[in-house]
Amino acid sequence: MINCILKPDFIKPVFLGAVIFAALAFLPSLVDSYYMSLAISIVSFAVLATAWSMFSGPTRYISLATVVFFGIGAYTVAVLGEVLPFPVVLVCAALAGTMLALLVGFSTLRLAGVYFVIFTFGLTELVRQVVSWYEVNVTREMGRYIFLDITQNDIYWQLLTLFAVLLLTGFILGRSRLGFALRIIGEDETVARHCGINVTRVKVALFVLSAVFMTLTGAIMAPRWTYIDPVIAFNPMLSFQVVIMALLGGPRRLLGPLLGVIPLTLLFEVLTANFPNHFSIMLGVTFMVIVYLLPGGVIGLYEKYRTPQKASPSNGHSKTEEKTA
Amino acid sequence: MSAKTLLSISGLHKAFGGLIAVNQMRFDVHEGEIVGLLGPNGSGKTTVMNLISGALSPNEGKVVLAGRDITSLPVHAISHAGIARTFQLVRILHDLDCIENIEAGLAFRPGPLWGDAAKSAAITLLDRIGLADHAHTSAGDLTYIDQKRLELGRALALQPKLLLLDEWLAGLNPSELQEGISLVRKLKSEGLTIIMVEHVMDAIRSLCDRCVVMNAGTKIADGPPETVLSDPEVIRAYLGDSHA
Repeated sequence: MINCILKPDFIKPVFLGAVIFAALAFLPSLVDSYYMSLAISIVSFAVLATAWSMFSGPTRYISLATVVFFGIGAYTVAVLGEVLPFPVVLVCAALAGTMLALLVGFSTLRLAGVYFVIFTFGLTELVRQVVSWYEVNVTREMGRYIFLDITQNDIYWQLLTLFAVLLLTGFILGRSRLGFALRIIGEDETVARHCGINVTRVKVALFVLSAVFMTLTGAIMAPRWTYIDPVIAFNPMLSFQVVIMALLGGPRRLLGPLLGVIPLTLLFEVLTANFPNHFSIMLGVTFMVIVYLLPGGVIGLYEKYRTPQKASPSNGHSKTEEKTA
Repeated sequence: MSAKTLLSISGLHKAFGGLIAVNQMRFDVHEGEIVGLLGPNGSGKTTVMNLISGALSPNEGKVVLAGRDITSLPVHAISHAGIARTFQLVRILHDLDCIENIEAGLAFRPGPLWGDAAKSAAITLLDRIGLADHAHTSAGDLTYIDQKRLELGRALALQPKLLLLDEWLAGLNPSELQEGISLVRKLKSEGLTIIMVEHVMDAIRSLCDRCVVMNAGTKIADGPPETVLSDPEVIRAYLGDSHA
């Protein structure tokens, strides 16, 4: 592992990434608060879509549970935000996300295909109803206020840091045995088992890792709302948006989802501003267009035209990083 | 023959609903032996292979590998215990290249190899199975025989004590068959123990030390190939009463 980290083909993209993120950190001093809010949307969706792809890209399990973890993160902040220092609240959120992901992972990752999709969708509704029930019967207040001394710029920097950590994690994962195991599982689960891979454990590990990033995104975004209730925090639309973005970009490459996040966040921004009542229809049409016309995502298209023969994954990573830079 | 028993199967029973696929199956495999598992279609050979490799777990009975009970262990644990297999319908990792396909076998075995060590071990192994020129070819682009070689290579990468070949020689043309046979013979000379399900009689005669014949889920013969293949019971199973 150490040898692998010291290699130039590891250091170069990481260094490049560090420079880009350092530059992005200066964004708040360049643009006004409207664009900062747009930037926050983009970075938060970037984290969610990349984290989603980390698990769903190689395994091809379509999870609609993104918002469950996101909402758990938001609620952790709503409940603990004024009691504990914010970094401690984030740790609590990550722990809550981990616990839930372990529970869901071990009980559902044996489900295949469409059953898993439906379960994760149902889970959103279940968690939302449980939280609603608790609020109605125990706290007797449906909504919660979040008044924390956290500015828009703080949120942006936190998300940017989270995204950088996520990309670094994904990059290391892509070169690790765990990442390789996940690729084999995606190709053929039976072969993976016969190669000595504990398939369930690998899948749960990745599901948890991806869920932790989703939970943290929810926690970081919570102060932006000032008021949350179960309908806001567990809105299933978010899960669908993340899936669409990841599929548009291409979920099987580390930077693929980003290529879907940027155009779609901008599109959603235009749609909500100009066609608030037609948003769902537009979202559905976008989804269908992507599935029919771009099954491999933007990045699949790019790779198809860039080179007819197969590029090695590590090359793919660094090339696309340069491209998006 | 006083060689040590590597695999011992006893009382193995597997039913799918009302269909009894394997019934009170028992046989031993000694170290360094090639055992042919024969029988007409539907006699339960592949089910036995699946029971040994853990893809299925038996309703009753025991599978013991080198003194250790491996019955009903999860597949990956059986793989770690030292059993590798190929599949009746070849299963390779289509989108990965040949080196990566072999690395799949190297990276998760006990004593795993990773990084440069895995790469060079994979290249050595590809050379051994005659695929050295295809190191960077996508597995999906290989010809059928080469896919079979690759699948065998992945199984060998696991450094198994026991190798299960499920109709590995099926569908090869005569010259490929000769190559295939000599490759398996080479493995035997290196001391590997093999169970092969096979229909190709030439291969069985020239490779197997012993044959176990199944019919309708039970063992009907066990012995050297010539003896077993002239056994009236075996002939009846394959060809019907009038030929026995």
